[in-house]
Amino acid sequence: MSEEQQTGDGAMTVIGVSFGNANSSISFTGSDGNVDIIANQDGDRSIPSTLAYVKEDEYHGLQAKAQLIRNSKNTVTNFRDYIGKQFSEIDPTYSHRSAHPVENAGKVGYQLDVLPEEGAEPKFFSVEEVAQIHLRRLRESAEDFLGKPVTGAVLTVPTDFTQKQREELKQIATEAGIPVMQIVSEPVAALLAYDSVTYGAFPKDRIVVVADFGYTRSDAAVIAVRGGMYTVLATAHNYELGGASLDETLADHFAKEFEKKNGIDPRKESARSIAKLIAECEVTRKTLSNSNSSTISIESLAGGFDFHSTINRLRFEMLARKQFDNAVSLVEDVVKKAGLDVLDVDEVVLVGGSAQTPKILSRIEAIFPETTKVASPSGKALNPAELIARGAAVQASLIAGFEQSDIDESLQPLVANAPHLAKSVGVVTADGSFVPVLESYTAVPIRHSAVFEVPAEGGDVLVGIYEGEREIVTRKVESIKEDKDEEDDLDDEEEFSDEEDEETREKVLKPATKLAEAVVKGTKAGGKVEVVINITADLKVSVAVREVGSGAVRGELPAAEVQK
Amino acid sequence: MAAVLPSAAPDAAEFTTFGSLTALVPRAIEPLGPQYLSHARRVLRGRTWSEDERIQSELNVKSVEDVDGDDEEEEEEDPAMLAHDPKEWKSQDHYAVLGLSKYRYRATDEQIRRAHRKKVLKHHPDKRAQAGNAEDDGFFKCIQKAMEVLSDPVRRRQYDSVDEAANVAAPSKKSKGNFYKLWGAAFEAEGRFSKKQPVPTIGDENSTKPEVDHFYNFFYNFDSWRTFEYLDEDVPDDSDNRDHKRHIERKNKAARQKHKTEDTARLRKMVDDCLSIDPRIKMFKEAEKKAKEQRKWEREADARKAAEEAKKAKEEAEKAAKEAEEKAKEDREQAKKAKESAKNAKKKNRRVVKGAVKDANYFVEGTASGAAIDAALSDCDAILEKIDDSALAEFVKKLTGLSDAGAIKAVFGETAGALGGSWKVVA
Ligand SMILES: Nc1ncnc2c1ncn2[C@@H]1O[C@H](COP(=O)(O)OP(=O)(O)OP(=O)(O)O)[C@@H](O)[C@H]1O
Ligand SMILES: [Mg+2]
Repeated sequence: MSEEQQTGDGAMTVIGVSFGNANSSISFTGSDGNVDIIANQDGDRSIPSTLAYVKEDEYHGLQAKAQLIRNSKNTVTNFRDYIGKQFSEIDPTYSHRSAHPVENAGKVGYQLDVLPEEGAEPKFFSVEEVAQIHLRRLRESAEDFLGKPVTGAVLTVPTDFTQKQREELKQIATEAGIPVMQIVSEPVAALLAYDSVTYGAFPKDRIVVVADFGYTRSDAAVIAVRGGMYTVLATAHNYELGGASLDETLADHFAKEFEKKNGIDPRKESARSIAKLIAECEVTRKTLSNSNSSTISIESLAGGFDFHSTINRLRFEMLARKQFDNAVSLVEDVVKKAGLDVLDVDEVVLVGGSAQTPKILSRIEAIFPETTKVASPSGKALNPAELIARGAAVQASLIAGFEQSDIDESLQPLVANAPHLAKSVGVVTADGSFVPVLESYTAVPIRHSAVFEVPAEGGDVLVGIYEGEREIVTRKVESIKEDKDEEDDLDDEEEFSDEEDEETREKVLKPATKLAEAVVKGTKAGGKVEVVINITADLKVSVAVREVGSGAVRGELPAAEVQK
Repeated sequence: MAAVLPSAAPDAAEFTTFGSLTALVPRAIEPLGPQYLSHARRVLRGRTWSEDERIQSELNVKSVEDVDGDDEEEEEEDPAMLAHDPKEWKSQDHYAVLGLSKYRYRATDEQIRRAHRKKVLKHHPDKRAQAGNAEDDGFFKCIQKAMEVLSDPVRRRQYDSVDEAANVAAPSKKSKGNFYKLWGAAFEAEGRFSKKQPVPTIGDENSTKPEVDHFYNFFYNFDSWRTFEYLDEDVPDDSDNRDHKRHIERKNKAARQKHKTEDTARLRKMVDDCLSIDPRIKMFKEAEKKAKEQRKWEREADARKAAEEAKKAKEEAEKAAKEAEEKAKEDREQAKKAKESAKNAKKKNRRVVKGAVKDANYFVEGTASGAAIDAALSDCDAILEKIDDSALAEFVKKLTGLSDAGAIKAVFGETAGALGGSWKVVA
């Protein structure tokens, strides 16, 4: 990357854009260095990725989403995942209640009535055109707020977006007047935003699961954070889990209730009844994230009958138990795919609009040990629904000062692909325990040091350098019988395990393979020894050990190799 | 809780290697976040971790200075400098004139621009007029001259080439003090003339051999942009005396060449001197020597081992041969003994057989006649001649304990019959 100073004078105006199937957000870094989300002209920070036409009038965002009830045929939504795909490759499940995707001249798109004349033929809009209009609207909102043209942007995509889809998106954004500096992965962008608020430029080394619960889909990734660099170890997806499936569950419940009362199933009545019900279910569900109960009222839902009802959170959580099970499985799966144990996960960061559902947080918390921090980030800067967009703005401001050619150069596989340590490397202490100096999954080249104490009397000190291995030890613990809360009987299946003898599982680091031994002669009582391990790009491994404040003992290990 | 290291055995080696790392796993780092930018910079610029740290921290210092530049304390203006004759601009210190003495060749264009603006504001003739000495615009001209030189990259290089104040004299070989500091400063100053940047630093006692080699190679192959036009004698531009003009031009060209040659030689000597007293070179040589001795020792150790093994093999072979010989001898003796005892047994058996003939009264009733005795003995001899050893033993066994002449004769008859042939008496 070039070292040129950032061109001051506001010559660069860069933004971050998160583009979801359901919602999009635009973000920027203010002059105070803080990231914020830009609200559009309607005041929405989370802008529905939806476009609707009433004849020649174009609606965008929340206004377009409202058209799903009256004008679903000419309302396009949930199209982000269609970008760069053939008709045969798309899953149109989430287009049932809006304009249906069709194939036209090899392209996926929609037939929309946009012409003013009565009885005019509908016009074909390809997914690329729809996306372009959407992104142009986002850019206009940003420019409206910033008062300056946007000169660069970082866009986010899910980890399963193909190279072709990324290129297509870049093309679309460019045509929408958004110069794309870089396209980044959603979970990593979210983690970057989280880390830059929590740690600044030097995030702690740890293993993080980022779990994103959206509208059409939910995604999870295991990310190793090492020396402030992010390496994705595994990803998992569930294309049937998200706000949409939760809305569906709630709609089924209310539909049955309505039918019992009025003898009409609103789901069979009309597309309009369904759309009304679904829309209100979403509102109810969001209310339940913050309150213990919620009312729902829909005028003239079906057959001319109004609908009024209430539901409490517990009831909803019972209805949606299967979805919550799936949320847990998604997280368990991704940990397994990474070849890890839940004990290896230091932190879980929940992302996406639906991650604000309290039961999702508590169910996921329950599968991890107490030592794992499960963050359902709250507070403005860490809102799960905004984290991805915020991360894009962080990255955008980091690279704003560079030439595009420098940015492109830094994205080459030559730079991004690096050998990673298979095991941790560290030192065995007097009590035989293993203290890592370099963690496993650390990318090479790396230089890292750690400071140790010498024995009380000082003297010659042995520094044994080992590769470490983590072991899981299981111990049986007599359970303490607890009085159960009365209200728990709705939820009791999960509590049964409390009756049995519990096993506690613990992670232990152990020295596995001895690599080298160094001796520091004649250390002072109370002295400290620094151990520096340096692995160069050509895989030379050297160790330097010194009493802090004096010369070093150095040695080299046989050059390392990379797995084929 | 701090981790405490164990004590070492008293005779433990300084550094021992036991194994190598488990093969590393190729993975993709996600290209985002501030640390990835540093990673990319290291990879693309081929910098090691520590080089990058140093370069970046220097840059940071520089950019902090840049940012703070405006409220930086102003350099004091030497009265002699203020009185400098602008016509003598070649001998003025352009950096000092702009208040950039401590930056010199390191000053950025931005710094020069800013410094110039500041000086202009301060020394502008209009300002001076207000102070009542409007005539005195000499220093203002000096400022403009300094800017003229320093804002033109070519002319700035020419000036930087001969900027004595930026030079750091090379220490002598006998200079006392920290080798790395003294020589490091001189080489750093020298490095500014390098066309290739960045220039390696001298390092310290912990530098590796490749690093040190790289440093010396770099300065031995130093590609310098240093030029000496600035020292040219002014070429008169009177067109009348064209010969004179040409003469001066030639003189200047020769002088530049001479300066350049001298400069190259100077640097070379500096590198030679430094190399000759560099403690690391001695260390590397010793290490190399040690390694060589070690290798030699190891090689010889092989030879020694081979010789020992050969000797041992020979001894073993000899021992085996001797043992074999002894065994053969023993076997022979054993065989002889066995043969002798067989012979003795045969003799004894013959005696028994002959005794039996006698006990059987030569197979006749009453007193045996001489002829009968002869006949019986001749049959007995014939039997003994024909019979083999085992049959003889069997024969003797049957005879043993017999005293009845008839029974003895019957055994004789049986034996003779089995042998076949014609018999006088027994058959
Ligand atoms: N407070 C809340 N409580 C529960 N769910 C919420 C809340 N706020 C928003 N949601 C839900 O979040 C979902 C939208 O999430 P998000 O914006 O992350 O989706 P997306 O990323 O655009 O979609 P996809 O992941 O399918 O591409 C909606 O279903 C919405 O109802
Ligand atoms: Mg999403």
